[in-house]
Amino acid sequence: MRMRTAVAASLLVLAAGCASESPAAAPDEPVTIKFQSLAWQKESIAANKELVAEWNKANPKIQVEYIQGSWDNVNDQLVTSFEAGDPPDVIHDDSPALSGFANRGYLLDVKDKIPAELKSDIPQPAWDTVTFGDGKGGQGVYGVPFLQESQVTIANKKLLEAADVRIPTPDSPWTWDEFAEISKKLTKGDTYGVAWPMKSPVNKVLNLSLNFAGTFFQTDGAGKTTVKVGAEEREVLQRIHDQLYKDKSADPSALGMGSADPLPGFYAGKYAMLPAGVYLRQQVVEQAPDGFEWITLPPLKGVSSEQGAVSQTLSVAADSKYPEQSLKFISFFLNGANQVKLAKGDWLLPTSVKAAADPAMTVEENGWNVATASAKSLVVAPFLKVNGFDEWKSKVATPTLQQYFADKITIDEVAKKLVDEGNQVLERYNK
Amino acid sequence: MGKALRYLALAGYIVFLAFPLVWLLSTALKLPQELASLHPTWIPRAPTLTNFTDAFGEQDLVGSGLRSLVVAVACAVLTVILALPAAYALARYRSLVNRIAIGWVLVSQVFPFILIIIPLFMVLRRLDLVNTLPGLTVVHVTFVLPFALWMLQGYVRAVPRELEEAAAVDGAGRIRSLVSVVAPLLAPGVVATLLFAFISSWNEFLFALIVLKDPDVATLPLTLVKFTGAEGVVRLGPLAAASLLATIPSLLFFAVIQRRLKSGLMAGAVKG
Repeated sequence: MRMRTAVAASLLVLAAGCASESPAAAPDEPVTIKFQSLAWQKESIAANKELVAEWNKANPKIQVEYIQGSWDNVNDQLVTSFEAGDPPDVIHDDSPALSGFANRGYLLDVKDKIPAELKSDIPQPAWDTVTFGDGKGGQGVYGVPFLQESQVTIANKKLLEAADVRIPTPDSPWTWDEFAEISKKLTKGDTYGVAWPMKSPVNKVLNLSLNFAGTFFQTDGAGKTTVKVGAEEREVLQRIHDQLYKDKSADPSALGMGSADPLPGFYAGKYAMLPAGVYLRQQVVEQAPDGFEWITLPPLKGVSSEQGAVSQTLSVAADSKYPEQSLKFISFFLNGANQVKLAKGDWLLPTSVKAAADPAMTVEENGWNVATASAKSLVVAPFLKVNGFDEWKSKVATPTLQQYFADKITIDEVAKKLVDEGNQVLERYNK
Repeated sequence: MGKALRYLALAGYIVFLAFPLVWLLSTALKLPQELASLHPTWIPRAPTLTNFTDAFGEQDLVGSGLRSLVVAVACAVLTVILALPAAYALARYRSLVNRIAIGWVLVSQVFPFILIIIPLFMVLRRLDLVNTLPGLTVVHVTFVLPFALWMLQGYVRAVPRELEEAAAVDGAGRIRSLVSVVAPLLAPGVVATLLFAFISSWNEFLFALIVLKDPDVATLPLTLVKFTGAEGVVRLGPLAAASLLATIPSLLFFAVIQRRLKSGLMAGAVKG
């Protein structure tokens, strides 16, 4: 994927400038803006299309054309569109992708263009996830954050009740120590207490490490960023490793799985608990066998329950001929009531304060109350701002963490690799 | 006993070949609960067409399938038209230039195909072919052509030169000899090359992703990928249903063309 992106970018740099300019519409002339959505679940696509239809009906002079993209290749596709000079006007993506796009001048800085009502409805920590350098020494806001994901634990209710363990609440979550003890208690016969799917371990570990104030990166006064793996950063790593090899309360065979892969084993009672993003609840609702009882448990607590936040975003392309119209559409699309529909469709958390207070977001059914409350734990993920994080993640962190979780290297070796090899990578970006 | 074993081996081979298709069908007919079972079943417990209706309802499968079909057929035909004369020349006329050309065809296979997209894209931009099916066809022909050329020149070599000489002795001119003697013997090779080019183009994703940005011109692989979400989570049922439908044109194309493959093997081999 990375090679594809690089090649696509390089080829299109060569071709840039060939893009033909079409004249902008006169002020009163109807315009059509292109909105590329990455909705992919049935309910989410329906919600997106419904809102677009609603907008089009009410705004005959600003028509929105719905285009469906795909998470699997969106950034390859966007790079080509940006370089060829014809990107969609309104772009759905996630906040980590925006940093590079902003740096290259592909996205419009919407800092002073967001309507006050929308701005105040979304808390500052969410805005922080879309605030990046503009590549010229300044800072800008390059999207409107609207859906966020937190890590919760999805658990087999009957197994928890049978083990007679305390059910945590958002106000009184489990600590990591409690979680470890309960995982051991739940490990019986063919059932493991927990499954840690670690096919892509980096974001999960980095986000959870904030529970112990582990940031993994530090930036000095001169703006130079280096990797840091101290006691705080080792906590979550060591605890997961202990569950796998010391307590033997986590199933090692789940390590190579992707996020949703352990679900069949979870339904079959092979694991009692599954740490997962809140969105995975949708899969459970859709797939769980009749009579299967499950519960959503709030984020774990270390020294705090803080987790790194990544937002889904709507941005406006810098090349858009209709930036004002695009922002008007975004303001409508992401108002409180509409964020409720979008969050329900994607089983994620709305950034809108109004949306989060909606009764639909706080019902007990399917763990919405716990999921919505978990948004309070979200803070901007430190790695989001690190130039070169993507390369560090793919070339250094992913293989190193996979080796560690496979018990092939020690935690000291992990720390050394992440720092030494990681700093070599970051050195290039610090110049 | 020997015959029975041969049939058994053949049956085993057919089962092996059919497995992915049967599994795809089985998956496409299952409800999400059954798909998420730890104990997969061959025959769906409660067969459903929901996955098909979802797949069709959410994505323009017919439109993108038709566009893929147009591109794949055009790619197959153009590839053969371009490769056939070149393959004949390479196989029949031995010279230093030909040897270098064959060597270059082989060497070109060593490079990642992605490298050719750079000059191709520049050409496509100048010709205003980006975001068009003809543009994608040009790209597909370009990446299929070297191997097709290599395949075809092998088939040409397999046609005995003596047959052409015998035709000449019988008074056939060069064109007549090519049309009446060589062409029927080359038919299996041409058919195999058509199939190779068709399937390569039908399944191609990366170049389509780069060349086609407008959803109104998306081909089938670009549409299928929309059933995958973030973090590799896949909507398996609709994806299986859509993928099953995506295999049908290839199967039909093969079913139609394989008769030619067999008849081509027989035709023209015996001088009457």
